[in-house]
Amino acid sequence: MTMMKKLLTSAVASTLMVGGAQAEISGDTVKIGYLADMSGTYRDLAGPNGLAALNMAIKDFGGTVNGAKIEVVSADDRNSPDTSSSTVRRWVENDNVDLVAGMVASSVSIAVSKILEENDRLGIISGSAASSITNEHCTPNHIHYVYDTYPLANGTASAVVQEGGKSWYMLTADYAFGHALEGDVTRVVEASGGEVIGTVRHPFPTQDFSSFILQAQASGADVVGLANAGADTTNAITTASEFGLTQSGQTLAALLLFLTDVHALGAETAQGIQLTTGWYWDMNDEAREWSDRFMAETGVRPTMVHAGIYSSTIQYLNAVAATGSDDAQTVRQQMMDTPINDMFAKNGRIRVDGRMVHDMYLAEVKTPEASENEWDLYQILRTIPADEAYRPLSESKCKLVNN
Amino acid sequence: MTMIFGVPLAVLSGQLLIGIINGAFYALLSLGLAVIFGLLKIINFAHGAMYMLGAMVTVLMFDTLGISYWVALFLAPLVVGTFGVLIEYFLLRRIAGQDHIYSLLLTFGAALIIQGVLVNIFGVSGLRYAMPDMFKGGMNLGFMFLPYYRAWVIVAALLVCFGTWFVIEKTKLGAYLRAGTEDSQLMQGFGINVPLLISLTYGFGVALAAFAGVLAAPIYSVTPVMGSSILIVVFAVVVIGGMGSIGGAIITGILMGVIEGLTKTFYPPASSAVIFLVMVLVLMFRPSGLFGKEA
Repeated sequence: MTMMKKLLTSAVASTLMVGGAQAEISGDTVKIGYLADMSGTYRDLAGPNGLAALNMAIKDFGGTVNGAKIEVVSADDRNSPDTSSSTVRRWVENDNVDLVAGMVASSVSIAVSKILEENDRLGIISGSAASSITNEHCTPNHIHYVYDTYPLANGTASAVVQEGGKSWYMLTADYAFGHALEGDVTRVVEASGGEVIGTVRHPFPTQDFSSFILQAQASGADVVGLANAGADTTNAITTASEFGLTQSGQTLAALLLFLTDVHALGAETAQGIQLTTGWYWDMNDEAREWSDRFMAETGVRPTMVHAGIYSSTIQYLNAVAATGSDDAQTVRQQMMDTPINDMFAKNGRIRVDGRMVHDMYLAEVKTPEASENEWDLYQILRTIPADEAYRPLSESKCKLVNN
Repeated sequence: MTMIFGVPLAVLSGQLLIGIINGAFYALLSLGLAVIFGLLKIINFAHGAMYMLGAMVTVLMFDTLGISYWVALFLAPLVVGTFGVLIEYFLLRRIAGQDHIYSLLLTFGAALIIQGVLVNIFGVSGLRYAMPDMFKGGMNLGFMFLPYYRAWVIVAALLVCFGTWFVIEKTKLGAYLRAGTEDSQLMQGFGINVPLLISLTYGFGVALAAFAGVLAAPIYSVTPVMGSSILIVVFAVVVIGGMGSIGGAIITGILMGVIEGLTKTFYPPASSAVIFLVMVLVLMFRPSGLFGKEA
């Protein structure tokens, strides 16, 4: 009888325990909000195809996590911190969103991460560039996954300075991202023995760059550095080539170029440009295999942001499965404890400041002769090891790091 | 070196020239708006979309049919102009005589639909369009390197602007047009097909925007969103020049290009706002615009 009682009690207890673990996934649903520029300047590098990558990840994961369903909501951030803030506030306060993914314009990510911190939810930022996101703007509630301005400057700027480009003139997009990139480039240029002799900050977005290109030409600098992104960068490169900037002996350094930008420019215009990237679709078998699937789904080759969204979503769901919880801190800790080696990242790990550090790559745009098809655009020149690429924690201003 | 406010004279001359080139674009675009508003009293918020269509049609005609730049210079405005006539015939005509706000909302909605559909198909990264061979390169003016193509933009834009002004203000056709919109019943009585005249005028205004789009195709990234940012600036230009003033739109367009160019040199962060600042000042002190007729 006592035996029977014991058995029953333990059966009840274990049912309760399983039930308890289940209940830790709030509402028996893991809800992911995808926030990105769906219609503006930054649409193609993340946008609707980023949502496709997110959905691919959920499908590959099996559609449920520990029996809880996975739901996705999405919204256009319109590149506006205000619009995004009210969207995310609604998501976390009314819709019980557990994870906000995507996020492109750095100003948007910084604004959103504050709301996530207030409400203790998790954000994984894949599209943004500003290194300040995990430095002075770090929170215990977000992870910056794909790349940031620090390795962009480290990779590209130091390579250009080593080739003799000592004096720099910066063309900077006048908002958080541009300022962060400009700061990181200046640091790298000066550390490598070069000098930034002038800067012009242009409004975001700008269509006509002729006036700024003319100022850059008049500066007499060896290198004109473009600290902007998307259509601003492609417009600036087109105008620079029209005004004969490179023919007059100046070098153009584009600090942030996405595959979609290079594709828009074409190998003819973009050939020889050096750039730093976190990932390239043709860099190894795993990347190729995944990007073939992505292309079958969307019709285009993925950018590093698309691949990052896929990879980070899988990592997130793994962490939810392992901990049986969708609590932001529990999941973030689990993700920090898990090294990342997948189709996207090599030697990846998430640091306490939220920075996912992984190997980065210095690439050069192929010549039209060497390019076999419209997406065959990069040649990888060298790998920048994870530990060299990103800002070391010893230099961090993040409040989560004890310096 | 001679300096003006800390900027070398050579750089300043270059910036003035760049300002005139950009002003030529503004002039061409605001001219179309002024024609449409001046003659039809329609506030055409689809103007930016038509400019974008001009550029997109140029690129697509080249990619699919191999149609060259020179042919596109005529054909793209014709195609987009015809599209404009259809919009006038099927949509705008139905709200003729209503408050301005109706045409504003209708054209704004049409523009959003056109832009949204194209974004879905082509994305926003931009389509490639190669510079025509004869315009490759440029000349050294001493104070700056002037690409041949930018020189051509000034010439082409000014010719078209002057031609339009001449036709509307100085010819019999222009007189019919102005009279037809002033008192359409009387003109009908004289045996003139006023509805047709109105459709064609809208089509023509839209074709001017498309022409600017063709001019823009080789030098700017051609994307479905390229028209949305320029539209507001061009409206400001029309307001500054005086709504409906044809000559005023042309002169103000060039003037605003120059003012914007100079701001880009002296204080770049203000360059996207300076035109609106001018607009506020003009509205405060001369509400009918610099060249507006009614006091």
